[in-house]
Amino acid sequence: MRDAEFLIEAMTGQLRELLARRGVAEPALVGIHTGGVWVAERLHERLGVAAPLGRLDISFYRDDFSRIGVNPQVRPSELPFDVDGRHLVLIDDVLYTGRTVRAALNELFDYGRPASVLLAALVDRGGRELPIEANVVGAHLTLSSDQHIQLTGPDPLQLIIQTAKP
Amino acid sequence: MRTVIQGGRVIDPAHQIDKVADLYIADGRIASLGEPPASFTLERIIDARDCIVCPGLIDLCARLREPGQEQKATIASETRAAAAGGITTLVCPPDTDPVIDEPAVVEWIRRRAKFAGHARVLAMGALTYRLRGERLAEMAALREASCVGVSDGGRPVANSRVLRRALEYAATFDLTVFLTPLDVELGNGLAHEGPVATRMGLPGIPVAAETGMIARDLELIHDLGVRAHFGRLSSGRSVELIARAQAEGLPVTADVAVHHLHLTEMDLTRFDSRCHVRPPLRGRRDLEALRAGLASGVLTAICSDHQPHEPDAKQAPFGDTEPGISGLDTLLGLSLRLVRDGVLSLPALIERLTWGPARILGLDCGHLGVGALADVCVFDPEIDRTVELDVLHSRGRNTPFLGWELQGRVTHTLLEGCVVYEGGECPTVANQPQ
Amino acid sequence: MSATPIQLDAQGRLLHFLTIEGLTHRHLTDILDTAESLRGVAERRVKKLPTLHGKTIVNLFFEASTRTRTTFELAAKRLSADVLNLNIATSSAVKGESLLDTLRNIEAMQCDMFVMRHSQSGAAEFMARHVKPHIAVLNAGDGRHAHPTQAMLDVFTIRRHKPDFPNLRIAIVGDILHSRVARSLIHALSILGAGEIRVIAPRTLLPTRVEDLGVQVFYCLPEGLRDVDVVVMLRLQRERMEGALLPSEQEFFQQYGLTKERLALAKPDAIVMHPGPINRGVEIDSRVADGPHSVILEQVTNGIAVRMAIMSITLGHHAQASGEDA
Repeated sequence: MRDAEFLIEAMTGQLRELLARRGVAEPALVGIHTGGVWVAERLHERLGVAAPLGRLDISFYRDDFSRIGVNPQVRPSELPFDVDGRHLVLIDDVLYTGRTVRAALNELFDYGRPASVLLAALVDRGGRELPIEANVVGAHLTLSSDQHIQLTGPDPLQLIIQTAKP
Repeated sequence: MRTVIQGGRVIDPAHQIDKVADLYIADGRIASLGEPPASFTLERIIDARDCIVCPGLIDLCARLREPGQEQKATIASETRAAAAGGITTLVCPPDTDPVIDEPAVVEWIRRRAKFAGHARVLAMGALTYRLRGERLAEMAALREASCVGVSDGGRPVANSRVLRRALEYAATFDLTVFLTPLDVELGNGLAHEGPVATRMGLPGIPVAAETGMIARDLELIHDLGVRAHFGRLSSGRSVELIARAQAEGLPVTADVAVHHLHLTEMDLTRFDSRCHVRPPLRGRRDLEALRAGLASGVLTAICSDHQPHEPDAKQAPFGDTEPGISGLDTLLGLSLRLVRDGVLSLPALIERLTWGPARILGLDCGHLGVGALADVCVFDPEIDRTVELDVLHSRGRNTPFLGWELQGRVTHTLLEGCVVYEGGECPTVANQPQ
Repeated sequence: MSATPIQLDAQGRLLHFLTIEGLTHRHLTDILDTAESLRGVAERRVKKLPTLHGKTIVNLFFEASTRTRTTFELAAKRLSADVLNLNIATSSAVKGESLLDTLRNIEAMQCDMFVMRHSQSGAAEFMARHVKPHIAVLNAGDGRHAHPTQAMLDVFTIRRHKPDFPNLRIAIVGDILHSRVARSLIHALSILGAGEIRVIAPRTLLPTRVEDLGVQVFYCLPEGLRDVDVVVMLRLQRERMEGALLPSEQEFFQQYGLTKERLALAKPDAIVMHPGPINRGVEIDSRVADGPHSVILEQVTNGIAVRMAIMSITLGHHAQASGEDA
């Protein structure tokens, strides 16, 4: 079990620097339900972003619908700002295969055409199945495929790593 | 053929006989009970130990579907099913195609049944021409052609003037009139008007659709003194009306279909089209009242109301299916269940299946008196069987009783002394003449 | 009831959507919550989700109904499904063909869902019993029996305005006897724990023992409307006059039509609903239908999200059951 707060602290610094380097003055942050939203809430506060926080539930965009159906705990996606021409930061808790980010990008583009999208992840655990990389990462972990990492929250935010029993 | 049915419990309600005895049959008739008649040369012994020996069952209403609907069943297929069910006499209502409103149709049915040879088929003549309820049928000619009565054939006569005249005309020729009371307009529904129909959104048929017609018919009968029979009552109120009329001395009788003694509106809850019947299955209290009416003798017959269908007729949404249950295979078993349920004694039950309907028809059958036609049913009451598709003899597979454990298995059915069905484990030994 | 309800699998998940009866509080709230997430789709630039991409949904309408069919079609399209509309009522090609033959024919076109409307009660259940296991059946109205998607959109609309079901008083007014909408809505409201459900109609338009469904019966509209939070008006078919159920539309409106004055007897913030299409001046006055209490058009909008939710939930369970690969 690891406390996630200090990783977020690291992410805040990286992200602030990256946005400054790119000359993005007014970014909008979008968290992916559920863990990504918790991380995004903290980044939103620490960075003092003016635009309200966006939240995405990518349940209807998943590529494995035909295997798992609709998540009964699906929540509405909310993007309370105009996506068109906006610089966005997409935030998730764990970056793994890249499929979630793929779904989130597709959903974002159904709202409009952003100027750019940056990706920030609390943890990058490798194992990518799609050509997707994060711009900002709290921590890189090397985990085997039978290991499972999960962010619990919202308070406190903690990372739990479990090994599946054979 | 000279036959003895040995060692069985002989129940002959017409003569109040219920004892273990041998039944001797010669030349198609009952020769004697107990002691062999003089100079009896035995040709065949039927071992009926542990079995019931009773008159062959008489079914007041069985649709054989021939002529006209041979895709559903034929006289040959259904009389074979009757024999397997211990039924030796079937009354065929006139709603065939063509309708039984002329002697040629009666003769045709008689010949087909004789050719098949499994059961006696009696034709019921039409009360009105083409059963349209407008003009009278040629009832005198139908009587001469051996029709056992005249009937509305399940299509009640709406016009009271026509019905009154039809009753009078039938009485002229001493014909019993067989009525199926249901108000056409009020009865234009799919299920008993009650909580189940309300929940399922099925158009209801109120009890008054039946009782209203019975009340009208009874008033006409009262005025005319005509002998009439009410078939397939479905409600407790109907039983009350008939009982009151009988108490007044009106010459009326009534029967009930065996499924109305076992099923209620609750059996419709899954839109089971096999339970789609007319009159509809009603509530629990109606079922109890019908059973009580049977026990008290207001209802003197149980019939199968046999209506075999091809599978397509039942493979549709409930309201698009044809009503009716294929009932010959289960008539005896379902009836015996009434004994187990304490509704009537075994002899009383057998009476409702044999002597009761025979009296309604005014026929000298349904009993085992010396000289009577040797129509006999032998069944083992201790063998239970499960109703399954592959044990049904009728071509109609439309029964809601699949999976029911029914008591009793017919081992032998004799029609005028000839074995027309032989089944089960009871061994039959053809003996050398002694 | 003896057999397992056909619309649920062994784990109690929805495979078909045939009737509200027999469903649990959880089933209904899952649908309502999912619909809530789908409601925003209509406000996006791209009003479409990829969820049912590659699925084929057949609208099988044996009874003409442009409106209901259109909302099902739109719901399917917003989920990226392909939609085939078959109006059997107007198609002479299938006359005389049995329902099973029609079913087998359409099955052979490799579709994934039937949305079915039929004039016979129990038709959707019949269909569900006979379809191949990978196909989901949605009941878009069967005879007088059920119209479960309409009931769900109704309770969805009610929940958006008045989420406190235990303290709600709802009146359903008009032709209850012939109404599949009323039957399904009564079941849905009961399952969600609605405080009081009233039905208001003349006795000719009330089925026998309707109180067994758990409703209070009123013959008098002003009495029944007193202090209600929700008024659901039902459509009155014109052929009811011929069936000797009512003397005239005028008398019906006089006795049971919803006017501004009568609506004033309900709670001040009462909402007025109607499954549509409305007969102005027969069951409802125009000033009420278009007035501030009316949520009739909102019902139409909500209907799309609710149907999207039901489509994605049932097809999702079929996918899980068949275990097909992504």
